[in-house]
Amino acid sequence: MSQFHEAFFEESFEGLEIMESELLELDVGEGDVEIINTIFRAAHSIKGGAGTFGFMNVSEFTHVMETLLDEMRDGSREVTQFAVDSLLLSVDVLRTMLEAARDKTDVDEEMVAMRYAVLDGILKNEEGSVSATEVAAEPEVVSSDQPASDGMSRWKIEFAPHADLLMTGNDPVRMFRALSEMGELAVSVDLDKLQPLAELTPEDLYLAWEMTLTGKVTEADISEVFEWVEDECDLTITSLTSETVSATPAPAPELLASIAEDTASNIEPASTAAPVSAVAGNAPANTKTKATKKPVEAASIRVGIDKVDELINLVGELVITQSMLDQAGEDLEANAEASSNYDSEASKANAEILLRLSKGLAQLERNTRELQESVMRIRMLPISFVFSRMPRLVHDLSSKLTKKIELVVSGEETELDKTVMEKIGDPMVHLVRNALDHGIETPDVRLAAGKGETGTLTLNAFHQGGNIVIEIKDDGAGINKAKVLAKAVEKGVVSPGDDLSDDEINNLIFAPGFSTAEVVSDVSGRGVGMDVVKTSILSLGGSVSVKSEEGKGSTFTIRLPLTLAILDGQLVTVGNESYVIPLITIIESLQVDRKYINQVAGKAEVYKLREHYIPIIRAREVFGLPTEKRDLHESLMVVVEVDGTPAGIIVDGLEGQQQVVIKSLETNYRKVETMSGATILGDGTVALIWDVNGMVNVHKRKLSNNKIRA
Amino acid sequence: MSTSPANEDIVTSGSSHQDQYLTFLLGDEEYGVDILRVQEIRGWDSVTTIPNAPPFIKGVINLRGTIVSILDLRERFGIQSVEYNDLTVVVVLRVKSEDGEKERIMGVVVDAVSEVYHITKNELKDAPDLGYAVNMSYMKGMATIDDKMVIVLDIDHLMSLKDIDDAEESGKEAAEG
Repeated sequence: MSQFHEAFFEESFEGLEIMESELLELDVGEGDVEIINTIFRAAHSIKGGAGTFGFMNVSEFTHVMETLLDEMRDGSREVTQFAVDSLLLSVDVLRTMLEAARDKTDVDEEMVAMRYAVLDGILKNEEGSVSATEVAAEPEVVSSDQPASDGMSRWKIEFAPHADLLMTGNDPVRMFRALSEMGELAVSVDLDKLQPLAELTPEDLYLAWEMTLTGKVTEADISEVFEWVEDECDLTITSLTSETVSATPAPAPELLASIAEDTASNIEPASTAAPVSAVAGNAPANTKTKATKKPVEAASIRVGIDKVDELINLVGELVITQSMLDQAGEDLEANAEASSNYDSEASKANAEILLRLSKGLAQLERNTRELQESVMRIRMLPISFVFSRMPRLVHDLSSKLTKKIELVVSGEETELDKTVMEKIGDPMVHLVRNALDHGIETPDVRLAAGKGETGTLTLNAFHQGGNIVIEIKDDGAGINKAKVLAKAVEKGVVSPGDDLSDDEINNLIFAPGFSTAEVVSDVSGRGVGMDVVKTSILSLGGSVSVKSEEGKGSTFTIRLPLTLAILDGQLVTVGNESYVIPLITIIESLQVDRKYINQVAGKAEVYKLREHYIPIIRAREVFGLPTEKRDLHESLMVVVEVDGTPAGIIVDGLEGQQQVVIKSLETNYRKVETMSGATILGDGTVALIWDVNGMVNVHKRKLSNNKIRA
Repeated sequence: MSTSPANEDIVTSGSSHQDQYLTFLLGDEEYGVDILRVQEIRGWDSVTTIPNAPPFIKGVINLRGTIVSILDLRERFGIQSVEYNDLTVVVVLRVKSEDGEKERIMGVVVDAVSEVYHITKNELKDAPDLGYAVNMSYMKGMATIDDKMVIVLDIDHLMSLKDIDDAEESGKEAAEG
């Protein structure tokens, strides 16, 4: 049984996400039935799964939620803000319960009990108001569905479930129970199809029923009971009260289908596939349901990330082998040309073979490259995985901060690497919190400033070059430049006389220990925020910047590489080794001219690059290798950018540029300050990839060490 | 002499509880490591050096797509180093980290591979305290086989990079202070 646990947990967490996002969609008051249905179905599957796998606490807890949702669904309970919030918090509790069950840890019973009590309270306390809404709702329904006599009506229900009904997890007994609660129910069973015991498949259902129901019920009430099984049965509901016989099996199927389409286009298809198709098939078409279900099932499979990584590793090896063969082929060709003068007969034959070989090699190269690209694409996921966390955050924060905020999300289908995705979540949450807390103003301030009461937070993602760009934009107060500048001077980040452009001032907020919020709230503003955001984005090989206009709002722009697995690099040599410098950090490479070199304090060397002086860093010194020559004239210098400031690194040789597959150095060794990783070159040898930031740090340390000694 | 990951069943069964050890030579001394930790044995091949690494870390190699660091055991023990030759081999080991959670793959350079011995728990004696001459935490014990002494190594401690980390930390502090 335990082998199914993983699937259960994954599905349950998906279910929780659906519940969460749909709860946020749910409007207080009317309560879109379709949304409630979606939430209900997700809760129902979790409950069922939890029951099957013996997580009784989960199943009991979900049951209360389900009951509440059920009442909302049939209109007997109003959708209040309190109930929605309670349900959202219950989703959180359910998530911790499931996590505890998965990790086999203990769950905080007190928290669960408290939440349970709140839900239970909602169910019990409001019993009075329930009947009130019921009464209020009824006349409407009755008037539209049926000309009522005295409210009492008789219905004949013919219910012939398909043989596989039980396989879908539905139990007719429950439906009968629901019907019997509506009024007086008489049931007779049809045993015609029942097979002899020897031929009977225990999981199939051979029975059919005919019922008469008398009570204050409408046709809609009855068909709602069968809503879950409409596709799995033949259902006829006939009114016995008047002569008007209505045979519509489902209420307004077109309408439901169109709603279903709406939801389908709004939400990620894979996770909502089952519920959507169930509704779409509301029309009496069993085959249609099957047809819509199947392609969705085949559309995605769950694969462990380790398997994908192994595949990527192997393809990486294949690329290396391919380039080795390619090199060998070229050498062979060169040899053949050199020796072709001697033996014309044999060389002609050889030339033909060589031609075939080089054709094959060219094809191999193309195929490997395509293979590598497709394999890399497996790791790519739409950024909606990160964006989907935001509506909840905005919902919670806006009520906490008593602000009115509308969240606009676009570009959610933009894809990026799973690893990048996992690491960008927290910085993004921080930026969103920041925008809500410091950016967007309270409604009265907004009105006073002549803006709309509701602030807008826009999340946008798109591809640009080899990068993904994520924008977090608010129409709030913008950054107070005077305040930022004053603070920066106070903290010693800049000196009072510095002449800074607006953008430079705005980007000061990323400096360590910076927070301009006057009041430190628990939402943000502890002064540890923005520099952490920047550091984590930099560690992903990306960058972050801000543009802001006072009174109009701010836009944070994050740029990230699409994948952490591949890097465009410049090959250089230092000593006997080849190294890779990430191309993104390089501004230019040049040959040093003696007349631009200057000494500072007898130790540090600087280079005059056009208008700027940049520090000279000798790679050999950083690596502790003997320096071959003191005079740097005509040496090769790679100008790199670290944290916005350029530095010139002296290398022994410049080689080609190459796309390399990044391998971890840390897995089997440890972190090396000057290196961010390693890669395998075409000849199978390892080359280390520079961490330019670390290089600069080591250089600085060596300089200060020298100073101490001197 | 290529891959030889031993079968776990063979070793753990049997009431007298024998462990199998692969031994190798450093000069005249014979050292043993738990054979279950040996992933493969390969000839010495050139490595890529790591800047600022301690002398006993020779560098890294490409082991079928994985970057594996190579440690010279002579230098680790402070025994006089010798020129690498055709017999020089790299024993690739699976080493557990300090907290026992992660597994690292590392290679050790030794003079030559010797034998595989069965050594029972009783035969494995505690090594005498040799003071500062030898770091005791590298040793699991000693055993006598055919009148020869075999030093059984605790590879997790031996291959631990903690002392490099510590050294680097103190170096940084010295620079900053």
